[in-house]
Amino acid sequence: MNKEEHKTSDVEEILNIKDLVVDYETEDGIIHAVNGVSLTLGKERTLGLVGETGAGKTTTALSVLNLIPNPPGVIKNGEILLNGKDVLKMTEKELEAMRGSDVAMIFQDPMTALNPVDTVGQQIAETILLHNEGISKKEAMKRAGEMLEVVGIPASRASEYPHQFSGGMKQRVVIAIGLSCNPKLLIADEPTTALDVTIQAQILDIMQNLKKQYQTSMIMITHDLGIVAKVCDEVAVMYAGRIVEYGSLRDIFKRTKHPYTEGLFDSLPNIKERSARLNPIPGLVPDPTVVQPGCAFAPRCRYATEACKMAVPELRCMGNGHYVACSAYDDPNFKIRKGEKVDG
Amino acid sequence: MAEKLLEVKHLKKYFDTPRGKLHAVDDVSFSIEKGKTLGVVGESGCGKSTTGRCILRLIEPTSGEVIFNGQDITKLHPRDMKALRKDMQIIFQDPYASLDPRKTISQIISEPIIINKILTNKQDVEDRVHELMDTVGLAQRLVNTYPHELDGGRRQRIGIARALAMNPKFIVCDEPVSALDVSIQAQILNLLQDLQEKMELTFMFITHDLSVVNHFSDDIAVMYLGQLVEKAPAEELFAHPLHPYTKALFSAIPIPDPDDQSERIIIKGEITSPINLPDACHFAPRCQYCEENCHHGNPALVEVRPNHFVACSCVEEINAL
Repeated sequence: MNKEEHKTSDVEEILNIKDLVVDYETEDGIIHAVNGVSLTLGKERTLGLVGETGAGKTTTALSVLNLIPNPPGVIKNGEILLNGKDVLKMTEKELEAMRGSDVAMIFQDPMTALNPVDTVGQQIAETILLHNEGISKKEAMKRAGEMLEVVGIPASRASEYPHQFSGGMKQRVVIAIGLSCNPKLLIADEPTTALDVTIQAQILDIMQNLKKQYQTSMIMITHDLGIVAKVCDEVAVMYAGRIVEYGSLRDIFKRTKHPYTEGLFDSLPNIKERSARLNPIPGLVPDPTVVQPGCAFAPRCRYATEACKMAVPELRCMGNGHYVACSAYDDPNFKIRKGEKVDG
Repeated sequence: MAEKLLEVKHLKKYFDTPRGKLHAVDDVSFSIEKGKTLGVVGESGCGKSTTGRCILRLIEPTSGEVIFNGQDITKLHPRDMKALRKDMQIIFQDPYASLDPRKTISQIISEPIIINKILTNKQDVEDRVHELMDTVGLAQRLVNTYPHELDGGRRQRIGIARALAMNPKFIVCDEPVSALDVSIQAQILNLLQDLQEKMELTFMFITHDLSVVNHFSDDIAVMYLGQLVEKAPAEELFAHPLHPYTKALFSAIPIPDPDDQSERIIIKGEITSPINLPDACHFAPRCQYCEENCHHGNPALVEVRPNHFVACSCVEEINAL
């Protein structure tokens, strides 16, 4: 998509990804993980990256930090402009300075994200020491204690080790590390998937408050549409390495356009309304090593026509920053049937 | 009233740890009618899986009775228990860890048939495997593949086929869809529902996902630290959650609707240690309604509305009943 038409008028742009292509070259073939993703993120906005396992969400996020493991991962094409500077052209030194201080990442599994042999205080202080020249170790430890208080852990626990904390508490520590250098962009990769719902509610609450307090932009990677509805301003729905629908929260939830997004909503058991049967998307996610000529979702799509198997649909604007990649909209009268139950 | 297939009375399971007795399941009683589904919800460590396994005697309960089809199975001789296991099966949470990686699909599904000598003729066994694969929607061409060649949804179908091989009456489904993506999750839930109708199965459905449990269950039991805190028919429970923990649990679910304005109750703190629990309401340390009274004596499950049981000594004040 074009940068000019996409830019939301007066919001300062912090991240701009253009036509990103990432492959994993494995012995079993080339996995096409990301196939031309473009997106922008405004200052203090939260973008939700939604999709199922293998959709390319995490790969897209890791690319922003230029952290794709190579080999096997290769960034084939694209630009990632962070505050106007291309991350993919940065030197190792520039990358080190950027990671952690401009962009921080919170990983899914707090159990493995922390170093088991260092105290949590040391781990927070480590980041602070790395990104603040001339700061003393004592000062860094003091700041680490303050960061713990910020995420709701008493500073006195700074001298404890990760195994002494519960899952929710560990994720708080990870958030404290992430925010310790006041990053401009926070990438959260399924930050609450490993946690119980009541703890998830606590963590989401903390993240929301801190995001406001620190004026950070955020990319929230999740497969949970409930979390998206709670925390995101914009949403990008990914399928097989491409963005298939992009728009504001209301566009995606209330004016759903893409058949895959529709399928995701229809698959969810509705907690407020019990219905006899769910309406799942038939079939499975396509094999990412096989390049299909047409729309990757066509084999599972109930609206698919022969035309869908011919060419990959481009993202088209449906008005006001709402984009959808589906050739069914060639027909101006096309409408999806969201919420309607179909048999089989 | 319909026939009770399973009745659990005062089930307890304590584990000995160096620091004392861990109360994994602490005096749990419930029953499931034939052909119905009981959903058991709760967070990690609340004892829901241990309860499921104690019922199948995969873990020996410390005390209590498990009455299946009229007989108490906790006292059965291992030989009789083995015969009874045909009627009671389990589907595990993790389709990656619950299948033997060195066996083909056909070997995995046929194993219980051969061990229990249900069928002895090789051709009969093969036919039965094909029939089961059809039932759960696995293509015949996969019969000689290994689990690692398949995705999570298909693996879970193998787990279901294996559980169905004995024509069981009762299946414990221990988080059968939590490792799966939503679109696949919906496929598996529909499959389980179809099988239940077709084979008159009775399910105990263990999950932490409240929207799944609401969709799937006739009755729901909410567990906290080894005890039932609330039990009611699904619709009643979702319309009128009465226990403070249930209320908080329900309100913590993020609703996929940007217009959702429902108030969120965020409970403070985390689940307390299940070791050497005091004789008091286990939820009291996190409860916003907690009174002095709550620290003395453990509240029993009381029927406060028809078929709606709650274990909370303040339930009437909180809900203005």
